[in-house]
Amino acid sequence: MQFTVNGQTHEVDVEDDMPLLWVLRDELGITGPKYGCGIAQCGACTVHLDGIAVRSCQIPAGSLEGARVTTIEGLGTPDAMHALQEAWVDHQVAQCGYCQSGQIMQAADLLTTTPNPTDQDIDDVMSGNLCRCGTYPRIRAAIKTAATKMKGA
Amino acid sequence: MGRLRTISRRTFLIGSTAVLGGVAFGTFAANKPYDNPLLADLGDGEASFNPFVKITDETITLIVNHADSGQGVQSAQAALIAEELDVDLDQVTLSFGHPDPAYYNAGFAAEAVPFMSFDRSLPAQTMRGLAADALKLLGLQGTGGSTSMPDQYVKLRTAGAVARETLKLAASAQSGVPVAELTTAGGAVQLPDGTALTYQSLAAQAAQIEPVKDVTLRDPGTWRLLGKPMQRTDSVAKSTGTETYGIDLKVDGMVHAAVRMNPRKGGAMNGYDATAAEGMRGVSQVIPLANGAAVIANNTWRAITAVNAIDFDWGPAPYPAEQDDHWQAVAASFTDDRLDKEWRADGDVDSALTDVTVIEAEYRAPYVAHQPLEPIGAIVRVDENGAEVWAGHQLPGFLTMKVADIVGCPIENVVFHNQMIGGSFGHRLEFENITLATEIAKQLLGTPVKLTFSREEDFAQDFTRQIGMSRSRGAIKDGKVDSWALDIATPSPVASQGGRMGQAVPGPDMQIVSGAWNMPYAIPHLRVRGYRVPELAPISSWRSVGASTAGFFAESFLDEMIHAAGADPLEERLRLCNHPVHRAVLETIGEMSNWGSDMGENRGRGIAIVESFGVPTAEVVEVTMTDRGIKLDKVYVVADVGQIIDPVNLESQLSGGAIWGLGHAINAEITYADGIAEQENFYTHDAMRMFQCPDVAVKALENADMIRGAGEPGVPPAPAALANAIFAATGQRLREMPFNKFIDFA
Repeated sequence: MQFTVNGQTHEVDVEDDMPLLWVLRDELGITGPKYGCGIAQCGACTVHLDGIAVRSCQIPAGSLEGARVTTIEGLGTPDAMHALQEAWVDHQVAQCGYCQSGQIMQAADLLTTTPNPTDQDIDDVMSGNLCRCGTYPRIRAAIKTAATKMKGA
Repeated sequence: MGRLRTISRRTFLIGSTAVLGGVAFGTFAANKPYDNPLLADLGDGEASFNPFVKITDETITLIVNHADSGQGVQSAQAALIAEELDVDLDQVTLSFGHPDPAYYNAGFAAEAVPFMSFDRSLPAQTMRGLAADALKLLGLQGTGGSTSMPDQYVKLRTAGAVARETLKLAASAQSGVPVAELTTAGGAVQLPDGTALTYQSLAAQAAQIEPVKDVTLRDPGTWRLLGKPMQRTDSVAKSTGTETYGIDLKVDGMVHAAVRMNPRKGGAMNGYDATAAEGMRGVSQVIPLANGAAVIANNTWRAITAVNAIDFDWGPAPYPAEQDDHWQAVAASFTDDRLDKEWRADGDVDSALTDVTVIEAEYRAPYVAHQPLEPIGAIVRVDENGAEVWAGHQLPGFLTMKVADIVGCPIENVVFHNQMIGGSFGHRLEFENITLATEIAKQLLGTPVKLTFSREEDFAQDFTRQIGMSRSRGAIKDGKVDSWALDIATPSPVASQGGRMGQAVPGPDMQIVSGAWNMPYAIPHLRVRGYRVPELAPISSWRSVGASTAGFFAESFLDEMIHAAGADPLEERLRLCNHPVHRAVLETIGEMSNWGSDMGENRGRGIAIVESFGVPTAEVVEVTMTDRGIKLDKVYVVADVGQIIDPVNLESQLSGGAIWGLGHAINAEITYADGIAEQENFYTHDAMRMFQCPDVAVKALENADMIRGAGEPGVPPAPAALANAIFAATGQRLREMPFNKFIDFA
């Protein structure tokens, strides 16, 4: 099947039921999306599929024909960070950091649909993303900072 | 010396026995410095002044040998060196280095002796000194027990200062300017005329000079970096998906492996049928292992899918199959012959509890799993001579020993590349991922094998926190807490963990009572006893270890007695508190939380203070009883760490610790049925989610007389502070974790 990841076209020959997560990580070498649970319980593998946040561990490769995938690497880069990534750095959200790719991709989707989220909005949307280090208070603060910045932009 | 060390490392364990090592070897040898392992690999014109600093004509490399599983210690270690070396953190390259006895951790000494942390008596200090000598002699490199800062605080600043002063000598030799007229800043020696000689440009000259021996460390008042808010060095990488964890690594020619081991941990594998797995796409091999089997494939998902398609015949568990039997074994251990040690006997408890109204209660703490978000795994390549290992691990020295044993090669022939770890909480003190990857790689000589545990396999094979119970009998007198007999029974986490490391651990296990026996209270009649439950399911160190259970037992029952006395929970703790550092922590949290103010209807606050790893930590939890259940509104945390290195990261560690303690207290347990952990993924064991997470306010104090680590001390007070808050709000006393079995949470 053929689809794009971060604007680049890829052609892969894999089983229809191989999850997008493993196509990205092991076939394409894109390791920003993380394996945490494999069953959509932790959100570490979150990417955007045609602009919407999804758990890449639940997207079968067979459904990817013509799809447009964005991973954390496509959201921004160390030299040109997305407003959310800048806020994540400013607030020093990450501890182990392993869940943060997924947290940021979920937060990006939140701010697309809800540019001015309330605390309740943030809790509702972000509670599917598990952080075992307990960085939630800083995630909340970083999302608010990014929202303010993006509105001003 | 080398041989002595090798032998002794195989027969000693950090813990109560480390002291014996100091006694056996004497202190004379402990004063000898280790050789600098960096010298062996130096090229022409490259300089190294100690095991922590290496300078070439291009780069300044700092060796930050303590493992980083998210606690930010890579940054903190770098800052300790950089403060004295006068470099900025964006001018240096950081490396975990390679295992070497020069990277011994003497920080374990403080917890290895059976004295209270604030005991500065001659016997206590002597034993600590001997333990530190023993740890140095044994050359044990390790990260754990919140020891990184105590271990590295002086060592790394000294390393930075030695490097700086030696570079000044080099600059003087090169420029002819007397050393006294030279200063350093920004990674360069500054000449009086304004010329800056970068350290890199001085490397060749410095390589010719013997490193200076005596340096004076800077007064904290003059610090440029330390003690001030820092930016962690890993923030950008971890916010852009560009951090490389062990699970992300790729080694040329590697194959992917997945395993399934008997989920009845340690039980036999009687046989299997791998027909279905062998025919799957990308699968090249099925390899039998002692307690299970591995699949080799060309992709992680294919390996995991195939290994799950194997039909195994598992043997029984070497521990009770059903959870009830585990509880019964704990309950049956409050007997004279299971008494591990009587840790404290103030006054006369037996007399004081005679002919008075006795308050009694039993408390329970379940098994809980580590389950950091990065599943465990490793890359290992074995060849005829030795092995190369890429993985994140907290005990590199033991790791190389274990790999060498399997491969049958000298320890020196095992090369270990430590990696950034996606969370540990004690999980990366264990070796199963390493030993299994090595067993597999040994059967594929020359081919690097990348083993990745599925989450389900990680849950099944996790060594949990200890299960435990306490029984308390106490009495009040004249509205005051007067007497208390506290008995705690758990299996020994140190013995279980030590057993897997091939270490016999004689003597009592302080972790059974840690956080309880050392409570900072002058209760007239106080006795604390630890009872050792025979080993049940294997257990391990889980963030804050014994204090995570004993702290809950102690501070919850104390709260019961205080309420029975009609006293205020904070005021009575302050009245009982017999140490000024702890008292200041209590006073501070009282002010910070506005303790005593009216909270309104259906609300309540609870307090607890537990000392762990030498850090007195108090927490106040505020809750509201809503129509959907208990809502956690706010948590206050105050801890005294002696010396703050980075206030930002310190706040993260204490806040994260409290959230860890709360989340597991509310929501998480591991239970056994048919010998298998019933919880196999996060949907039944996820601890805290954002919707339940309260705001957390943290304040750190610096009154204590030595620096301490903060990775763990935020955990132990949380369950008791929450249970005490729920009692205040509802009148319901929770005596068993997880609390969601007994009350709803919003």
